[in-house]
Amino acid sequence: MHDKTLTELAAGLATGEFSSRELTQALLARIERLDGDLNSFISVTAEQALAAADRADAARAAGNAGPLTGVPLALKDIFCTEGVKTSAGSRMLDNFIAPYDATVVEKLKAAGTVSLGKTNMDEFAMGSSNENSFFGPVKNPWDRDAVPGGSSGGSAAAVAAGLVPAAMGTDTGGSIRQPAAFCGITGLKPTYGRVSRYGIIAYASSLDQAGPMARTAEDCARLLTAIAGHDLRDSTSVARGVPDYTEELDAPLAGLKIGLPREYFGEGLDPAVEGAVREAIRVYESLGATVREVSLPHTHYAIPAYYVIAPAEASSNLSRYDGVRFGHRCEAPADLTDLYKRSRAEGFGEEVKRRILMGTHTLSEGFFDAYYKKAQQVRRLIRQDFLDAFDEVDVLMGPASPTPAFDLGAKKDPVSMYLQDIYTIAINLAGIPGISVPAGFVGGRPAEGRPVGLQILGTHFAEARLLNVAHQFQQATDWHLRRPALAEETL
Amino acid sequence: MQWETVIGLEVHVQLATRSKIFSGASTAFGAEPNSQACAVDLGLPGVLPVLNEAAVAMAVQFGLGIHAEIPEVSVFDRKNYFYPDLPKGYQTSQMYHPIVGPGEVEITLEDGATKRIRVHHAHLEEDAGKSLHEDFHGMTGIDLNRAGTPLLEIVSEPDMRSAKEAAAYLKAIHSIVTYLGISDGNMAEGSMRCDVNVSVRPRGQANFGTRAEIKNVNSFRFVERAIAFEVERQIELLEDGGEVVQETRLFDPERDETRSMRTKEQANDYRYFPCPDLLPVVLDRAYVDHLRDTLPELPADKRARFQDELGLSAYDAGVLSASREMAEYFEAVKEACCDAKLAANWVQGELSGALNREGLPIQDSPVSATQLGGLIARVMDDTINGKAAKQVFQALWNGEGGGDANSADEVIEAKGLKQVTDTGAIEAMIDQVIADSPAQVAQYRDAEPEKRGKMIGYFVGQVMKASRGTANPQQVNALLKEKLDALC
Repeated sequence: MHDKTLTELAAGLATGEFSSRELTQALLARIERLDGDLNSFISVTAEQALAAADRADAARAAGNAGPLTGVPLALKDIFCTEGVKTSAGSRMLDNFIAPYDATVVEKLKAAGTVSLGKTNMDEFAMGSSNENSFFGPVKNPWDRDAVPGGSSGGSAAAVAAGLVPAAMGTDTGGSIRQPAAFCGITGLKPTYGRVSRYGIIAYASSLDQAGPMARTAEDCARLLTAIAGHDLRDSTSVARGVPDYTEELDAPLAGLKIGLPREYFGEGLDPAVEGAVREAIRVYESLGATVREVSLPHTHYAIPAYYVIAPAEASSNLSRYDGVRFGHRCEAPADLTDLYKRSRAEGFGEEVKRRILMGTHTLSEGFFDAYYKKAQQVRRLIRQDFLDAFDEVDVLMGPASPTPAFDLGAKKDPVSMYLQDIYTIAINLAGIPGISVPAGFVGGRPAEGRPVGLQILGTHFAEARLLNVAHQFQQATDWHLRRPALAEETL
Repeated sequence: MQWETVIGLEVHVQLATRSKIFSGASTAFGAEPNSQACAVDLGLPGVLPVLNEAAVAMAVQFGLGIHAEIPEVSVFDRKNYFYPDLPKGYQTSQMYHPIVGPGEVEITLEDGATKRIRVHHAHLEEDAGKSLHEDFHGMTGIDLNRAGTPLLEIVSEPDMRSAKEAAAYLKAIHSIVTYLGISDGNMAEGSMRCDVNVSVRPRGQANFGTRAEIKNVNSFRFVERAIAFEVERQIELLEDGGEVVQETRLFDPERDETRSMRTKEQANDYRYFPCPDLLPVVLDRAYVDHLRDTLPELPADKRARFQDELGLSAYDAGVLSASREMAEYFEAVKEACCDAKLAANWVQGELSGALNREGLPIQDSPVSATQLGGLIARVMDDTINGKAAKQVFQALWNGEGGGDANSADEVIEAKGLKQVTDTGAIEAMIDQVIADSPAQVAQYRDAEPEKRGKMIGYFVGQVMKASRGTANPQQVNALLKEKLDALC
């Protein structure tokens, strides 16, 4: 069962081929067997999962099943989940049992899905390799020497390894798309405001967005339909109707205008990755699309702008972790200042501290205009670049990452890690949606090599179009059906 | 040297919304600690603020009440600092684009003169929780019930020149917000607090002196006392050749002094930036116009109307419009008796005296406005005389009579206080008193004519006594004079 897509599993549940309990038990057993090495889960909630599976089976027996009833999945450990530890990958929240459900979790529960647990991640979603987790790094199922990408590395690895058919991630600068690319799965970052952020532990509020990670674009479409929508508890969620995102999947691509941003094919791009991406573009041409080069002239400002705005927001968002009300508190504080200093020094990891320091600095008196204000101006220019491009073309395509997954421990200095996000980060600054789909393998070590992700970008709220474009590619190729050797093991 | 005091106030008004500014938790005062703090107020991981529309409406009403500009767009910012009762590590406030722009407040000074105090702006923000130092040995308790309570911070220009002006300004703000019904104005419960900026300069100097900010003063009286102390302290310092340092000070009402809390060097860098969880507040014209059209009459307008239309003196108009409750009571009395001047006299005289004796606010008066109006009406139509009216008032105060406008009539009836105006009856009583007082009549007759005026009082008193206070005093006077003079 573990090699089936979410869509196939939903069909199997609907026809009674297997029950949700059977499916859940099989996957829990698989997690038990394989995840000790992969480390893709922080918490496995077997008991709650089986209870939810039983409820799903009962609902189906009563004739109350919806399209996702009984479907298992996993949640990045950044979604508050009632009664379950929600750590954000941090020692700071190792003791935090969320007393409420995030809106996304609430919606997935209401849809009858069964969460098997909470997946590993870079601490507070800060990282591109999942090496910044208090709970240890996650291994890439395709090659256990490689990172799975980050920050939603646990979600990507769990799906790639067939531990769950789908998982929820969040994406602030590429945290869904880059690990999806590294692990050979499909990951969608929706338009900012499409999915409620309520109950998602905040990293950078103006950039964070939740989205589905699964085997196929079709799976992502089903999940997005379930989680999208306006939420009165999130003022930045957009009051706009939610279509059934599966409806347009089969629309033909003849006449589709694809733009290739010149800046996404320049220096720093691994030639093998470029080769795989150009090959994917040729597939689109064969499907009737036309291709032209476009320019996003402010692209090279995206990383600096991001590393001003995101840490600034993070420095403020993470102030609540002070050891007073919840989270880690140091032993025997001498006084209030000591309580703050030691609780935070002990609770936060290196990268989180680095970003808090950066953000605190750029917001300081005398620096605010030069950094934060300027970065916001740059952000507007970047957004305008995309809007101008979408006047000319329907979608933009390029690599999701300049390289395939790199080795664990390979990137020691933070800036080289930050540069990993060169093709994903501008999308968050602009607020537009993007999807990464498997588009080949490079390297050839070990057998298959490491996956490459094709990134497809659309204008605001063009998710249906993106999913259609991704789905048609997956009808014409089989990259998304490849499984790592690990995942092929049977029980 | 002649010194001039310069004062600016930052007044924090707690808005009377039912729920908090960014959450659905109740704002009611006095609940068990932390029983009114929801996930949002606690700043739990993942929670988001949602702006309370009622708080926006109240802020705009205040702005309209002080004739301020209402900008189309206002923005919430985060003010970042660590404090145990500040759950998120930042306070959501409005630094750069406040909801209310420049306006002005008219204050009335003791001599009846008025002065306009400019308001720089007013902005919305959330209150913090409370630290409780009692009852926790070696620890501090945190109560977050107050966290997230909506505040309107009203920032004046440094336009006040004395403690009295500052107190008058604070009273004017109090009166505006209570008239508008946007705050209960209860200072004892912290619904209104203010930070006072004080500096002194040699009279005639154009530049301001260095100021000290006195934090969290929470009564009209304390404002005056804190300023008085601070002005004296600064002048003494300067006259001794010292310098005032820019600092934050605390007023200690028990010792009647201000003490340094932190200097400018120790001040926080609050790292303000726009809150990414809240959208800018965009007010469309129709919304603002609707609020303007439904604004109640405010104290300054009421005072003017009391003078111009009701013919009251400036003083009476000021007193009677000072609070919404007072004005409402007065207008109801006036409505019931149809005479503004008599209503004004009774409300400020008999009623206020009784209320002061009992320490009651006017809204808790045992005598209702309609009862008092009914009583005054009986004075006006000569049913009772002034003396009897006081008796009736006392009876009403003690709860006699029914609850409505007829209460006074019932008391008059029950006590037989109806005024006797029958000349024959009064003459009979006079004749009896004269007959019973031969000695006094003799004195009267022997007195110089110009001294007789005073001596007639004795006879009036006797006649009134005989009538149990019900005889018409004017008639008694006139008839007595006639009869006594006839004996001379």
